[in-house]
Amino acid sequence: MAHIPDGVLSTPVLITGAVVTTGLLAAAIRRLDFDRIPQAAVLSAAFFIASLLSVPVGPSSVHLILNGLMGVILGWAAVPAIFVALIMQAVFFGYGGLLVLGVNTMNIALPALLCAALLGPALRRSDGRFSLIWGAVSGAVGVLLTGTLVSLCLGLSSADFLPAAKVVLATYTPLMIAEAAVTGFTLGFILKVAPELITIPE
Amino acid sequence: MQLTLIEKESRNDRLRQFDPRLRLITALLFAMTVVSLHLIPLLLLTLLLALGMAWWIGLSGSLLLKRLLVMEGFMIVLLVMLPFSVPGESLFTLGPFNASIEGVQRALQIVLRANAIVILLMALIGTLEPVVLGHALGQLRLPDKLIHLFLFTVRYIGVLFDEYRRLRLAMRARAFVAGSNRHTWRTFGWLVGMLLVRSLERSERILAAMKCRGFNGRLYLVKQNIWSRYDTLALLLSLSLSGTLLLLEQTL
Repeated sequence: MAHIPDGVLSTPVLITGAVVTTGLLAAAIRRLDFDRIPQAAVLSAAFFIASLLSVPVGPSSVHLILNGLMGVILGWAAVPAIFVALIMQAVFFGYGGLLVLGVNTMNIALPALLCAALLGPALRRSDGRFSLIWGAVSGAVGVLLTGTLVSLCLGLSSADFLPAAKVVLATYTPLMIAEAAVTGFTLGFILKVAPELITIPE
Repeated sequence: MQLTLIEKESRNDRLRQFDPRLRLITALLFAMTVVSLHLIPLLLLTLLLALGMAWWIGLSGSLLLKRLLVMEGFMIVLLVMLPFSVPGESLFTLGPFNASIEGVQRALQIVLRANAIVILLMALIGTLEPVVLGHALGQLRLPDKLIHLFLFTVRYIGVLFDEYRRLRLAMRARAFVAGSNRHTWRTFGWLVGMLLVRSLERSERILAAMKCRGFNGRLYLVKQNIWSRYDTLALLLSLSLSGTLLLLEQTL
């Protein structure tokens, strides 16, 4: 549900999304060393594969976004990684669309960057039970922010979308639960097994 | 894992003689045209056009349907809510709620638009090899680093998907069944973690191997796409088509 299709949003929202994404991409690409491209690409591919995972929550099942985790691990490189994954999902899987690519990237990448900036430092210092909790928090925050941004985009496009936007936001609840749980365990695992993965120097 | 939507053997690719850049530009042009249309008959026409294109290119119907169903989750929410949230002449009432004709129209517009664009997107661009798509994007002057990231990602999606399948097979061999419980979430968390850890190790090996071969931050494109007269002709054709659609929208 994080992928808004084409033809829904209004032009000002689309343009805002495109401008924000272009700015984020430009900043991120300047920071991305050619030496780090293979690493960013392999991790981006890993996230692409992980989003195919279908996680049962209660009676339904969800596909993870993992933007909180991406932010914490990739830092700024999460922006181009998300952009590339979204291009492929739109073109080969029919998730999302072409003109909304900017908005969709913004909705997923901004929370990733926020998670990296706000929760990354605390997470790196934590151990044991606390790394699990901070991991879960970053997973939940990533999804919550994405859901809020998606609903905002809908609501700002047209007042008629407001009820639909609320329903969309509500559908993020199961995703948030699954994402928090899986991200928590993933980061706990990584901190134990390969802590260098989340302490990569920028 | 195959990303391209068309089988290699069954590919009677009728668009092969055209430049991949033409397909990208046409898709963009068509998407911009469709989002500015409002009349239902015209939108229906564009949907039929997109379907015709998909059929002509040889996209399999069942695959297309499967991919479209994924998108409809979003559509259903809008379709159900819009008739009640747009004020206007009443079509029917459901308890205290009033469904308006204008709302149904809006919902229809959105569904038609979204489907037309996605079908055409998959038909025109989804049938390209991912690597060809990457090169075409590069020739359209997207930043070099982004293109490199794209090409590398495409390459490693295939590799990591095999790794993922191996891990899932190992889980199945140990009788893992996904449920809504702590055990499942922990297992999936570790699965994602393992995938990432192995990926990182792999990426270090890749970088070392590339440095051995003198990688200086540049992949050379083996095949340059050449823009021919036919491409210009096809572009003019699609330009006039979208012009006609916009004109019809204005006059009808």
